Amino acid sequence: MSDVALGHDLHAESHHDYPGLSPDTSTGISHSKLGMWIFLASDCLLFGAFISAYLMYNGRAQRGPTPSDVINIPFTSTSTFVLLMSSLTMVLAVSAAHRGEERRTRLWLIATAILGASFIAGQVYEFTTMYREGLGYTTNIFGSSFFSLTGFHGVHVTVGIILLLILVSMSFRGRLPKAKAEVVEVIGLYWHFVDVVWIVIFTVVYLIHK
Amino acid sequence: MAIVEAPRPLVIPEPVLPASGPMGVFKRPTKTTGWRSWATTIDHKKIGKMYGFMSIVFFIIGGCEALLIRTQLATPNGTLLSAQVYNEMFTMHGTTMIFLVVMPLGVAFMNYFVPLQIGARDVAFPRLNAFGFWTFLAGGIILNSSWILGGAPDNGWYNYAPNSLVTFAPTHGIDFWTVGLLTTGIASLVTAINMITTIINMRAPGMTWFKVPVFTWMSLVGQFMLLFAIPVLTAAQFMLLFDRRFGANYFEVSQGADPLLWQHLFWIFGHPEVYIMIMPAFGLTSDIIPVFSRKPLFGYKVMVISGIAIGFLGWGVWAHHMFTSGMGPVSNAAFAVGSMTIAIPTGVKIFNWMGTMWRGQIRFTTAMLFAVGMFTMFMLGGVSGITHAISPADTQQHDTYYVVAHFHYVLFGGAALVFFGAFYYWWPKIFGHMLNENLGKWNFWLMMAGFNLTFGPQHILGLQGMPRRVYTYLPGYGWELWNMVSTIGSYILAFSVLIFIINVVYSRRKAHAAGQYTCDPDPWDGRTLEWITTSPPPEFDFWEIPDVRDLDEAWHRKYAEDENGRVVRVAKIEDVMDKPTGVIPHMPSPSYWPLVAAFGMLFIGYGIIFSLALCAVGGFLLFVSLVAWGIEPSTEPGVHPVEPLTPDSGESGVAHEIHEVGANV
Repeated sequence: MSDVALGHDLHAESHHDYPGLSPDTSTGISHSKLGMWIFLASDCLLFGAFISAYLMYNGRAQRGPTPSDVINIPFTSTSTFVLLMSSLTMVLAVSAAHRGEERRTRLWLIATAILGASFIAGQVYEFTTMYREGLGYTTNIFGSSFFSLTGFHGVHVTVGIILLLILVSMSFRGRLPKAKAEVVEVIGLYWHFVDVVWIVIFTVVYLIHK
Repeated sequence: MAIVEAPRPLVIPEPVLPASGPMGVFKRPTKTTGWRSWATTIDHKKIGKMYGFMSIVFFIIGGCEALLIRTQLATPNGTLLSAQVYNEMFTMHGTTMIFLVVMPLGVAFMNYFVPLQIGARDVAFPRLNAFGFWTFLAGGIILNSSWILGGAPDNGWYNYAPNSLVTFAPTHGIDFWTVGLLTTGIASLVTAINMITTIINMRAPGMTWFKVPVFTWMSLVGQFMLLFAIPVLTAAQFMLLFDRRFGANYFEVSQGADPLLWQHLFWIFGHPEVYIMIMPAFGLTSDIIPVFSRKPLFGYKVMVISGIAIGFLGWGVWAHHMFTSGMGPVSNAAFAVGSMTIAIPTGVKIFNWMGTMWRGQIRFTTAMLFAVGMFTMFMLGGVSGITHAISPADTQQHDTYYVVAHFHYVLFGGAALVFFGAFYYWWPKIFGHMLNENLGKWNFWLMMAGFNLTFGPQHILGLQGMPRRVYTYLPGYGWELWNMVSTIGSYILAFSVLIFIINVVYSRRKAHAAGQYTCDPDPWDGRTLEWITTSPPPEFDFWEIPDVRDLDEAWHRKYAEDENGRVVRVAKIEDVMDKPTGVIPHMPSPSYWPLVAAFGMLFIGYGIIFSLALCAVGGFLLFVSLVAWGIEPSTEPGVHPVEPLTPDSGESGVAHEIHEVGANV
């Protein structure tokens, strides 16, 4: 029953003062949100190229270590779970921001940043372990394509964390009122995109390696 | 005056500003003249002019490189250039012309005219627009500085790996190429995001998709292609950069790498790229021909849809650049069929341009001559393109001068010619005075003669077996005559460009002598929205955002059918033009940060090539400027950046008063 009421509220809001609706544009979508969607469409192709190159070279390394020597599926599954949970906290942050609850927005933004940072910490640990096991960036074709692909993703997550921290500091200074909740939503789009890309990378690199 | 009677406040909605004041290191710039106004401008028209100016500068640089190439090849056993310098010369010629001339020239026209054609006051992200320009310039500087910093890239504009690895290309040349184009790639990406958002989101009320002018439509299609093509090139360039700088193995064949990886990634970018370059040119031709035929564009919707079809099909043809790479018969056949298919929507366009001229009242102004020249020359290039699509024939033509002839017919004969036409067409709109038509006709005919003499014979040379990228050749192959003709043609072509520059200077002097804004606001009897505002337009483009009822809105405001169904003029342009309302619209303020951020990009670029310490400096600059950019409001409260442009200075008081009220709300 309460779910229905909540849904009704959100629906009503979208007609009146839902900040995502911008009456001054041809589509009703604000420039920044549309711009972010367009950027993410482009970013898909960047990852697409790196993933294609990785798949093309999968199993062609002339010397070891090979993926099965160094990949630790249980560990990376855990860090994947952490990253996916950060999408949940991001959703909660966006929702709190739209409701104008600034303290709760900050809380969830910080939680998202911490989860993202944990993922990055996991990646640093993973890379270090692989290096100790003999897989450097220049060791073989697998090392180059693996570290480049996952590294690019890591850089994306890091940029996301910086953006989240900027949002947090804006919120502390009172620069993130309800009227500007869409900023949180737009950064959220980026964050979710980075998570979705990781699902693909996790599948093709970790789960179906040769 | 009518000005006082229109008190409707046409103010861009105020951003909801936080209670605290704006932050920043620099005081917000307010100048509207002098170098500072150009360095900090976020006005799409000024940025468009800067794109145009820099494109012409790079065009002259790339043209000089072409002349050196042609002079070297004029006679057998040429000694002007060494083999190494020749390689650098053709690499830089191709890279410059593609990334620093044709692409930014298209962006120059888009920047200036897309907002005007859709009835908007600026682009969606004005500061990002400025950042795009300065980053493009940084990329151009990085690329061209390679001449004095240890040698230019020498591997062709497509830069095939593994030939571009350190083993085979030990100088920094390839690094300049990679970093320079990564930088211009970032510029292209942000411009694409900006233009797409602008066109989707900022059309004037009533401008539904099938009332959008064709130039804007084709720009949209081209920018969508760019949006998806540029990240693929970026990825390939990162791989190459990592191989060269950090010892990665993406293209190291001894480690099991496949040389075809680079070719595929490059041409997945590279073939859409040719449509990215030609799309704005298609749009310009489609806008110019109806104006000078005094007829609506024949088959407007089909034109738009065929443009979109090219936008999709353009993704399925890239491997026709690789027919000789041994991909196998299935791939060759599939890409051959794909490449032939794309001729259909392109052919539709050619027929529709002819259909527009058919029984029109044609005025052969310089702009019209260039537009007609564009589609005839482009068609010749298209026909030789079809011969490339036949993969067995292509095996014979591959890497010969036949290919050089083909792509110069589509890129120079297609894109460059109509860009010159667009200069003649839009010059009065941009600068308030016309370019001289007599000199313009000399410019056109000499350019046509020079162009055909340069590239026509190269078909023959190619079919006689003269390979591309040879720095000299021996006598006795039968190549002497046509090489000499081609070289003579290239000098005629260069002379025609010189006439254009003389025309620009001459027309400007003449106009200044006669009082600057001398021309009719609507000199060609134009059809699209840019002609209903003044020439040059005010900083905010339109006093009042126009209500659009028709495709070719400006034309429909001037003409109507009488009771016999004949088209008659019902209004003068002065009557239907955008008129001062007395309220200066509230525009975003200029900003230093896009320029500072682009400086950061410049440092990062040189840092990647020479020393990572420079990267730290650049990264710091970039980070600080992006944060400052994010914090400063897009419009500075309490500052009105617009000087009143109308002669009656009394208006500015009204405007400021209303503005102050707006800011306090």
